[in-house]
Amino acid sequence: MFEFLGVPPQALFGQLLLGLINGSFYALLSLGLAVIFGMLNVINFAHGALYMVGAFTAWLMLQYLGIGYWPALILAPLVVGLFGIILEKTMLSRLYKLDHLYGLLLTFGLALILEGMFRHWYGASGQPYRIPDALQGGRNLGFMFLPNYRGWVVVASLVVCLGTWYAIERTRLGAYLRAATENPVLVQAFGINVPRMITLTYGFGVALAGFAGVLAAPIYQVNPLMGSNLIIVVFAVVVIGGMGSIMGAIVTGFALGLLEGLTKVFYPEASNIVVFVVMAVVLLIKPAGLFGRER
Amino acid sequence: MLARILAAGAAFVALGVGAAQAQGVSGDVIKIGVLNDRSGLYADLGGEGSAVAARMAAEDHGGKVLGKPIEVVVADHQNKADIGSNITRQWIDQDNVDVIVDVPNSGVALAVQDITKQKGKIFLMQGPATSRLTGDACSPTGFHWAYDTHALAVGTGKAIVDAGGKKWFFLTADYAFGHQLEADTSAVVKANGGTVVGTVRHPLNTSDFSSFLLQAQSSGAQVIGLANAGGDTINSIKQASEFGITQSGQSLAGLLLFLSDVHALGLQVSQGLQLTTGFYWDMNAETRAWSEKYKAKTGKMPTMVQAGSYSSVRHYLKAVEAAGTDDGPTVAKKMKEMPVNDFFAKNGKILPNGRMVHDMYLARVKKPSESKGPWDYYQIISTIPGDQAFATLEKSGCPIKG
Repeated sequence: MFEFLGVPPQALFGQLLLGLINGSFYALLSLGLAVIFGMLNVINFAHGALYMVGAFTAWLMLQYLGIGYWPALILAPLVVGLFGIILEKTMLSRLYKLDHLYGLLLTFGLALILEGMFRHWYGASGQPYRIPDALQGGRNLGFMFLPNYRGWVVVASLVVCLGTWYAIERTRLGAYLRAATENPVLVQAFGINVPRMITLTYGFGVALAGFAGVLAAPIYQVNPLMGSNLIIVVFAVVVIGGMGSIMGAIVTGFALGLLEGLTKVFYPEASNIVVFVVMAVVLLIKPAGLFGRER
Repeated sequence: MLARILAAGAAFVALGVGAAQAQGVSGDVIKIGVLNDRSGLYADLGGEGSAVAARMAAEDHGGKVLGKPIEVVVADHQNKADIGSNITRQWIDQDNVDVIVDVPNSGVALAVQDITKQKGKIFLMQGPATSRLTGDACSPTGFHWAYDTHALAVGTGKAIVDAGGKKWFFLTADYAFGHQLEADTSAVVKANGGTVVGTVRHPLNTSDFSSFLLQAQSSGAQVIGLANAGGDTINSIKQASEFGITQSGQSLAGLLLFLSDVHALGLQVSQGLQLTTGFYWDMNAETRAWSEKYKAKTGKMPTMVQAGSYSSVRHYLKAVEAAGTDDGPTVAKKMKEMPVNDFFAKNGKILPNGRMVHDMYLARVKKPSESKGPWDYYQIISTIPGDQAFATLEKSGCPIKG
């Protein structure tokens, strides 16, 4: 059997698969960010907090309403999406005429408030959420033990990511969206309600975050800080992929998950900075990101 | 303003005459600064709970010492040594804080210890674990109270090796605390005939441990020692159960596990884990009485860090009373002369290096069927006498002589 830098291939495949799983979360979250940035030109710093709210919504539904994992997978993103729509209508929409920075500050503030509230109510250690019965256990793949639930995360994430990409790049609705990004005034002149479209886009983008939150709930503790741990990496993913590029966000999300997985084998101490090193390098060579285009 | 000028003048005079001893209370108030992680992964094991405990100690002392009021201030060091140092300096230099309490995160605690040592202020450590705080980094005015890495290694480490867990793999938080806990536990494992087959170091505050757990799984070790704490330990244990690590014959050793961690994990996942603790609420009538009082204020049962905060602040206030001054070095001397006798420790004694020596307990997390309800989590297996749990002054490596 060959070895790669002293690591047996079984271990390597295992780590790559784990990287792919983490990549699923990066992809889902960065996709939502990319959609929002593409359409609204808002850098949504509340994305991580809304991911956390998604996980907590699922937990609260189970705890107080007895709603299980599968209904929550649909309902929690709807709740988060609705919350996002309210945020957009009441606050964000007032900032479009101003500099990007204001949107960033507003959403950053919102993120701090949301995290602070949940920490106050539920503590910093988080709450346990069980893996649904249908996905308990795991299977032995020969080179590693794969918990069924993690396999499901990769599949669910891929389906949602590709579905979103298809809807935006290949359908009529998506064409409206892209057109409105290029020239909102002209699209409005064709009788399309652009402000409503913007609101719904924001709702959809944060619903994706909520969906990722529900997916994450059984793996990690449902923790008020789970979003802030992730959001910085996800921003790096978006920057590397290219701001506003849908496919860029998806591909980069999975690719960086893989890269991080490899780092955890060869030099674990650096596993939480490798993404930023890549970001710095990409920005130096291709400032618009790997899939972005200069505006 | 006048008081400040006077205080400055007094300090000047004190410096001028060398060993002159200050009398009375500086600033006409005893200020207790509780400095810890109030928002991050260690917030539940110390956090506001430690501040509540310090306030309870002040109340139980009558709210006054030497006729002066006691005030408790709090701050969040965010697990960053620079922020912790800045707050400590500001508290001591400008805000007249007399004593710093808690400071989980060994990295931050080492930085704070340096400052309190220079400035001759009392430092009552609960949250930090590294035994270096009473070893090479000891201070005449630093007190390490609830537990340390040495006690954890002697408790959990030895119990597991004795039960046949000879081959170890460490999953270590990559900073001062993790390194020390790994080193202390390795020493105990090796001294008792075990071996360490590997180690992997993860960054503080990691959310996904699967990759590290997989490395531990393929190492062929019998025992995976978790040299981490708080949120990191919770996620490690949860994901180890997801990846079927315990089912495949390897066992987990949570080297530092707090009551708040077990509460967050739930008994289903954490049952059977062995741990070492300096305090458990349900040991006797005294511990139950204090803990119920604490729970009425916070809604939770105390961790050893929070109970230790009460115990140390109470002991400090008694020492100030006995010494007749709040001058750091004088009070420190008094604290070391007096035995610690309260619900937390029986006949606890403080070594010259600041180590409060008291009995530690080896506990096992109950099965869900054994637990009568929330917070009924531990079964105490054995008591580890203080002399065995903690290093002696000679072995600690602290240059202070008795």
